[in-house]
Amino acid sequence: MSSVNTTAHSVVEPTPTVKRIAGTIVILYALVTMIPLAWIFLTSIKSPPDSISYPPKVVFTPTLEGFCNLFTTRTRQTPDYIQSLPAPTSTCDEITRSRNMVIAGPSNYWPRFGNSLVIAFGSTFLAVSLGTFAAYGFSRFRVPLADDLLFFILSTRMMPPIAVAIPIYLMYRQFGLSDTALGMILLYTAVNVSLAVWLLKGFIDEIPREYEEAAMIDGYTRLQAFWKVVLPQATTGIAATAIFCLIFAWNEYAFAVLLTSGSAQTAPPFIPTIIGEGGQDWPAVAAGTTIFLVPILVFTIILRKQLLRGITFGAVRK
Amino acid sequence: MTDAPSTIAERSADVLARATPTNVAVRVRGLSDRAIAWLFITPTIALLLAINIFPLIWAVYLSFTNFRANRPNAEVDGVGLRNYQRVLNDPDIWIAMQTTAHFVFWTILLQTVIGFALAYLIDRKFRGHAFWTTVILIPMMLSPAVVGNFWRFLYQPQIGLFNYIVSFFTGIPPSSFEMLGSVSLAPWAIIIVDTWMWTPYVMLICLAGLRSIPDYIYEAAEVDRASAWRQFWSITVPMALPFIMLAVLFRGIENFKMFDMVMLLTGGGPGSTTEVASITLKREAFESWLTGRSSAFAIILFVAVFGLANIYVKALNKVKQR
Repeated sequence: MSSVNTTAHSVVEPTPTVKRIAGTIVILYALVTMIPLAWIFLTSIKSPPDSISYPPKVVFTPTLEGFCNLFTTRTRQTPDYIQSLPAPTSTCDEITRSRNMVIAGPSNYWPRFGNSLVIAFGSTFLAVSLGTFAAYGFSRFRVPLADDLLFFILSTRMMPPIAVAIPIYLMYRQFGLSDTALGMILLYTAVNVSLAVWLLKGFIDEIPREYEEAAMIDGYTRLQAFWKVVLPQATTGIAATAIFCLIFAWNEYAFAVLLTSGSAQTAPPFIPTIIGEGGQDWPAVAAGTTIFLVPILVFTIILRKQLLRGITFGAVRK
Repeated sequence: MTDAPSTIAERSADVLARATPTNVAVRVRGLSDRAIAWLFITPTIALLLAINIFPLIWAVYLSFTNFRANRPNAEVDGVGLRNYQRVLNDPDIWIAMQTTAHFVFWTILLQTVIGFALAYLIDRKFRGHAFWTTVILIPMMLSPAVVGNFWRFLYQPQIGLFNYIVSFFTGIPPSSFEMLGSVSLAPWAIIIVDTWMWTPYVMLICLAGLRSIPDYIYEAAEVDRASAWRQFWSITVPMALPFIMLAVLFRGIENFKMFDMVMLLTGGGPGSTTEVASITLKREAFESWLTGRSSAFAIILFVAVFGLANIYVKALNKVKQR
């Protein structure tokens, strides 16, 4: 980017008053949009009665009850029975017993979270690997019908997921891939590879061809030049692409809810089904949501410089 | 491949090749560029053919039959174009398309206006603008399903924070209106969440547009004593327009497919007031199990999205050419 030298008196530099007003409005907007997220976190450390009190409580005694309820399944017992039990061994034990319940076993939250991890990382690894090769192919060689192929690759991403899900559902049922991690990994890889090819092609286009050509003059084969010259240069791009694929797979709901029901279910279809006695257990839902969102917050901060590129399929690079 | 070199040209080429220094000859060794190109591209194409195109062809086939996925052993009959006729003549589906159009229109309008305004303000480069930009971007990275699910709690009539805040500022009793349960408010409940989530997206693209305008144009306008108002309408807006259009197209395609958020907030209700095309499709395919008919509907949606995708790629190329 060419930067024009702007002095303090430049005509294009906004006045301090303008800056202050702009800053105030933007910060106000940012704070307002953060309210729902703050509320998710606050609800996760509220007790169920506090979470549904009116007016909504901002000051309350924090508790781990939501997290305990998220991680366990509980059964209601008589006070006499609870009295007869040995002393509680954990905080969660104690909290549960104070509600006249005992912990019956672990909930499905961690297995579902684990599925999300396996499926998101598995599909990201595959999509980025395939995408890197294909992007290099499109970037460096004259491929017949390259524009049509690239458009075809992108257009697969434009299909409404429910429409794709109908035949996928039938196909997976035929091949025994329904409700399996492998099936979900393949599906998310196929969806993500289009993003990966488009983004990575942009990144690889930016690496001067002269680097490889110099390496090949020095005796590298094309493949060696790819491994030892292009890949190291593309690391930032590959990492950014990987995070975008990871976020998509992590957040995906439509395919997950239609194609998984049990052993391969991921966290997004699971979290809305967390219920307690007599309806949704909001502190537990909030706790599950909080844990689920934290990785994304971290990634967003890491990615902030590359976000624009990622969300526009590399169309806008800044 | 070839026999012994026959022509003079070939013979001399052969001599030249032998005389080539080894370091250049190494380039020729191993795989040819052409082989590498195909080796690198084929796996991706193969995967997309297997997971996207093969099922799509299957869906096209099914759309001409009366197949129902919950009766895999029943006889499958070809029904010609009847599924397509039924879908296109079904008033419910046209209502769903209208509902979808309504959502697409309002979400894009709100997101573009707010997103552009925010981008414009951020571009005033006040102190700390980079930090606050990152904060604003957070909602769009989150899972629409998981966060949409939590909005259900915020929208609870008596205990929800949203109703409380509205009543705090307007004095309307918080339990007197149900954002998700009322026919007139439910569509707006979804539009609000979508706008909350995706305005940052439009903002980010608009910001790139504003930053692409070189300072010297404003400096020249200043020399010509153009008013700030005039500069805004004759420099800022037209020069940022391709970016705004790009954002609108992206959001249009995404919201056309809108499913997660609607599913979790209202499930299409109350009644069918918020039933967008994807929800209708899901109901027909996975609840009524009208696989043939829903395949026909899916194909119709494909064609519509493909049309949008085509426009998108053209606009994208225009932006790139700048």
